[in-house]
Amino acid sequence: MMAEEDGVRLTTEQQRQRRRRNVAIAWALGALVVLFWLVTIFKLGGNVLNRPL
Amino acid sequence: MSLAHDDHLDAPTLTGPGPSLAGVEDFVALLKPRVMSLVIFTALVGLVAAPGGLHPVLGAIALLCVAVGAGASGALNMWWDADIDAVMTRTQNRPIPAGRVAPGEALGFGLLLSGVSVMLLGLATNWLAGGLLAFTIFFYVVVYTMWLKRWTPQNIVIGGLAGALPPMIGWAAATGTVGLESATLVAIIFMWTPPHFWALALIKSEDYARAGVPMLPVVAGEDETRKQILLYSIALAPLGVLPAGIGLGGWAYLALSSVAGLAFVGFAWRVYRQREGAPARRAAGKLFAYSLFYLTALFATILIEKSLGVAALTAPFDGWV
Repeated sequence: MMAEEDGVRLTTEQQRQRRRRNVAIAWALGALVVLFWLVTIFKLGGNVLNRPL
Repeated sequence: MSLAHDDHLDAPTLTGPGPSLAGVEDFVALLKPRVMSLVIFTALVGLVAAPGGLHPVLGAIALLCVAVGAGASGALNMWWDADIDAVMTRTQNRPIPAGRVAPGEALGFGLLLSGVSVMLLGLATNWLAGGLLAFTIFFYVVVYTMWLKRWTPQNIVIGGLAGALPPMIGWAAATGTVGLESATLVAIIFMWTPPHFWALALIKSEDYARAGVPMLPVVAGEDETRKQILLYSIALAPLGVLPAGIGLGGWAYLALSSVAGLAFVGFAWRVYRQREGAPARRAAGKLFAYSLFYLTALFATILIEKSLGVAALTAPFDGWV
């Protein structure tokens, strides 16, 4: 409880903006994962299935 | 000469350490979306006009990388220029001078996006394109923003190279090379930039003077600026027609670029002649607006002709480059 009182207290507006930023970062990271997946698939083309068994 | 640092703003307007109030829209604003749209468009033209073909998905990713790289340059520019943005009416509501984003946040944001965009473009297409994007970001942020902008009235002439390079990045992404064709597209934007920005600078010269930015009207006077605008416009008009002579444009391009180039010189002539009061400001405003239309029309015509499969006029330099 003490630590909470001593620390920085965010206002409701600051909490709301932080949540929005976090959601945007999550979307951006998700988009980056999809982009790397797309690059891998389309750079490899048909060779994506060509792997030694 | 570093005029802007002489009246450098004190810190109070800039956000200090502490909880951030920055919204997502503030980070979007750091990317300068309006500038980004022209960059995406010219890069798209370079990509589409290039021979051969990049897979559309990889092409879209390449454009996204160019857009993000351009946005990163904008964020880094706003980080460095926060002091002069704060004293110019046109820019004082930007996220950093308005106190919504801390300078460090903008710096980190810009550096992160620069790295991601260059790496992804290199992986998705080739490292010539990735290298050109890295060079473009470096040129805009270090050479233009940090060095030229506050030092010389030739700032936008040389710095304009950064804004001119996107078609070459698009071309390089598709072909892995840079040819005479992409260099011509770069040259058109390079020659277009001075009359475009000096027309704006004529209208906003008081703003630039207050911020200590040595724009041409501030340093050399408005009459010299009008003369330079006219000279650059006369050089631009034939350059704008050149794509029709190197296999990039067809009859439609030849006709449009000829007429549009003459009109550009006409608008510049009116700026040269109208030197006093409201008519002078109106003439400069019209040239600024027309210059945007001119560049968009030229590049859109190349895009449309290429998309419709319209044959280019001649390609006398085929095999040379």
